[in-house]
Amino acid sequence: MDGSQIIFFMLAALTLVSAVLSVTTRQIFRAAIFLLFSLIGVAGLYFWMQYEFIAAVQIVVYVGGITVLIIFSIFLTQQAGEKLAVYKAGRKLFAALASFCAFAFTMLLVFQHSFIATNKPTVLPTVKNIGTQMLSTDQFGYALPFELVSILLLAAMVGCIIIAIRTKQVNS
Amino acid sequence: MPNQTLLLLIMALPALSFLLLGLTGRKMSGQVAAYVGTFLMLIATVIAFQTAYGYFFEYGKSGDVYQKLVVMQVNWLQFNDQLSINMGILLDPISAMMLVVVTLVSLMVHIYSIAYMKGDPRISIYYAFLGLFTFSMLGLVIATNIFQMYIFWELVGLSSFLLIGYYYNKPAAVAACKKAFIVTRFADLGFLIGILILSYYGESLDFNTLIQHLTTADDAGYQAAVSGSFLGISALTWGLALVFMGGAGKSAMFPLHIWLPDAMEGPTPVSALIHAATMVVAGVFLVARLFPVFALSGQLVLHFVGTIGAVSAVFAAIIACTQTDIKRILAYSTMSQIGFMMFALGVSGYGGEHGLGYTASMFHLFTHAMFKALLFLGAGAIIHFVHSNEMTEMGGLRKLLPVTHICFLIACLAISGIPPFAGFFSKEEILLAAWQHNKFIYWIAIVTSGLTAFYMFRLYFSVFWNKPGSPDHHHDEGGGPILFPLIVLSIGAVMAGFIPFGKFVSSDGRELITGFHLNFSILPVSVAVIGIVLAMILYKKENGKPAAISNQLGILYRSASKKFYIDEIYQFVTKKIIFNLVGRPAAWIDKNIVDGLMNGIGNSTTFISGSIKSFQSGKIQLYAVYFLAAAIGLAFLFIYIWKQ
Amino acid sequence: MSTPGLYHILFISTALFFIGVYGFLTRRNLITMLMGIELILNSVNLNFVAFNKYLWPHRLDGLFFTLFIVAIAAAEAAVAIAIIINLYRNHRSIDVEDVQSMKY
Repeated sequence: MDGSQIIFFMLAALTLVSAVLSVTTRQIFRAAIFLLFSLIGVAGLYFWMQYEFIAAVQIVVYVGGITVLIIFSIFLTQQAGEKLAVYKAGRKLFAALASFCAFAFTMLLVFQHSFIATNKPTVLPTVKNIGTQMLSTDQFGYALPFELVSILLLAAMVGCIIIAIRTKQVNS
Repeated sequence: MPNQTLLLLIMALPALSFLLLGLTGRKMSGQVAAYVGTFLMLIATVIAFQTAYGYFFEYGKSGDVYQKLVVMQVNWLQFNDQLSINMGILLDPISAMMLVVVTLVSLMVHIYSIAYMKGDPRISIYYAFLGLFTFSMLGLVIATNIFQMYIFWELVGLSSFLLIGYYYNKPAAVAACKKAFIVTRFADLGFLIGILILSYYGESLDFNTLIQHLTTADDAGYQAAVSGSFLGISALTWGLALVFMGGAGKSAMFPLHIWLPDAMEGPTPVSALIHAATMVVAGVFLVARLFPVFALSGQLVLHFVGTIGAVSAVFAAIIACTQTDIKRILAYSTMSQIGFMMFALGVSGYGGEHGLGYTASMFHLFTHAMFKALLFLGAGAIIHFVHSNEMTEMGGLRKLLPVTHICFLIACLAISGIPPFAGFFSKEEILLAAWQHNKFIYWIAIVTSGLTAFYMFRLYFSVFWNKPGSPDHHHDEGGGPILFPLIVLSIGAVMAGFIPFGKFVSSDGRELITGFHLNFSILPVSVAVIGIVLAMILYKKENGKPAAISNQLGILYRSASKKFYIDEIYQFVTKKIIFNLVGRPAAWIDKNIVDGLMNGIGNSTTFISGSIKSFQSGKIQLYAVYFLAAAIGLAFLFIYIWKQ
Repeated sequence: MSTPGLYHILFISTALFFIGVYGFLTRRNLITMLMGIELILNSVNLNFVAFNKYLWPHRLDGLFFTLFIVAIAAAEAAVAIAIIINLYRNHRSIDVEDVQSMKY
């Protein structure tokens, strides 16, 4: 049992336990914070897998952006104080059972499958490699999806503004 | 050769009157509508007279024979290379004569109605319907194709329906127009089946071709028609009999006569036009049109035609002696006279001297149109004056309505067959034809002539003599438009007898010399005079003799005045038998099975949709559950069950 | 236990996925449902990166997918929040039971 394994299990525990707590707690602010911890756990897993760039992106975007956005929305809809309403136990049990059965089924499939790794030489996920590969226009380049994502972000931005804009009251 | 456009105009002008007055009549005043309709009819009449003149005197004859000229023909519906429904104009002696009759009487009715229907709020519709009727009747008489005739036959029935039911607020009128339409429609069923049979064997719907095929003995169609039989009667006989059934319905022959007395609910000018002079003779015209087939190939049916005609004549004459409504007397009189025309055709042969009955029948049609229309229009003047149809409320009108009196008297003398009026000449020819071919019918005809004279003069004396005239009627006789047609028609009733009809109309187109046989005419004329004298004794002065005689006749009188209970028999058959045995089960099937099936389909669809609509519950999480379930299910399906 | 490999990561990601599904199905508040969706997206990201590292390390396709998913998830979360705010303004409530007007 070396350090790598221990760290892995700790990160895994952090992720999963925070996730479970996030979906079951009755106070919304705590749910948001537990989500935050879960996302940090995932970023940690990325770090453990030695994919530092994506870990950084995860922290910057997810933790620093989306979770903050969620917290802002909690404030904007004045949900911070009260306890959340819950469904009846029957429904929750049904959902838990369904999720668990699906989880078991998926795990069965996963463990029965033999994943065959390739033996081609590894390309390290350094920022330089990521940059040159993503923005190249040859066969394995992703320049076009990159541009499309930027358009999508523009559209999302405009859409958010339109949806959320407060229209001036005509009749005062 | 005749001008096609002019001929089309004869029909088109009344049709134009119908469309114009029907669509825009409400916007014009009643008087304007009346004058427009009358004017268009006047032009059509002039053209019709000119055409008839041209046909009879200029171009109709080729050699010695009047030709059947197909002036124009338009191919309308082609079924195969032999069978087609064409629309065309056929000019032959009887259709030219009918053009004259129909347009003249229609014009007189148009003029008469200007004053008679004055003040009626729907007068423009009335004139529109008159135009429709005239158009349909003209189309019927010039039809080249038996199906064209059927189409116009139905149109005539429709116009009659519309006009009988003109006073649609009166329940009696509504019932009458329904009855007329249903009875004639029922008869037309026979007509249609007859058309189909005849055209199947004759391999054509065109009159000339059909007649030619069915009268030539070595024609294939004729052989087949005569040999094929159903219930022991040959197909050709069935066809002709069914066609005659259609004619009998339209011409109110026994037993399909029940609609004609009730049709008197319509306005009196309408009765004059439709139910006296033109529509009711359509059946006679049909038999005349197909006469070669009847005479040469269907003698059995021709006997049947004669019998029915004679029975109707005497039946109607008996009933007419007991009726008190002036229009109903005239309606039964019409039925009786048409019976005369029918049996005249029934006793006729084809060609030369044998064809006397044919000429006599057509001659009687011509003269009957004159004096019957005159009788009805006169009756209209009387009814307009007295405001009632019942004979018992009239009396002593001869000083109050002088012109009407003279014209009515002329018409009564004409219909009774007194020389020198028109009815004498035509009836004499009919009686001569009957004497030559069928003595039994001859004696029935003599009896009927006597009855005719009796009931007509019973009517005349009861209306114009009988009581002293009461001067409290506060209008006058009626103006020019009412009297002018009466005068014109009385001139016709006097002069028409002198036309040598056989020169123009005969069964084979050749000239038929008909003479005046003094010895033969003595019997009919004396029978008629006896009838008139009897009526004078009973009705000229008010007395109790008629009541005494009717009491003595007892049950005979009662059943005659109840029209021999024919209506009741029909009611019984329809209500108890047809409605209960056919109508009710059919209605049950329709309501429960057919409707039930349709409703069942609808209801089951609604049920299914109701039970699955809860899928769209509006709950996002439920949708997510369905999604997840489907994804897992499909994965399971593809991985374990359909291993590829 | 051997070094944690692909299977372990797959286990974690699958568990995270179905925890997210449970959260989506069980929560009544729209914002907490959104949190469940974020968990699902993260599990997918983890999957992509794991496959990239353990199965196809000669190319960086999985990584690129992950980056794009992060970007798109951010956009989608923003739009979702905008919708929630709009809904809150109209109905004064962000309980999912109150927004069932698309029912039959």
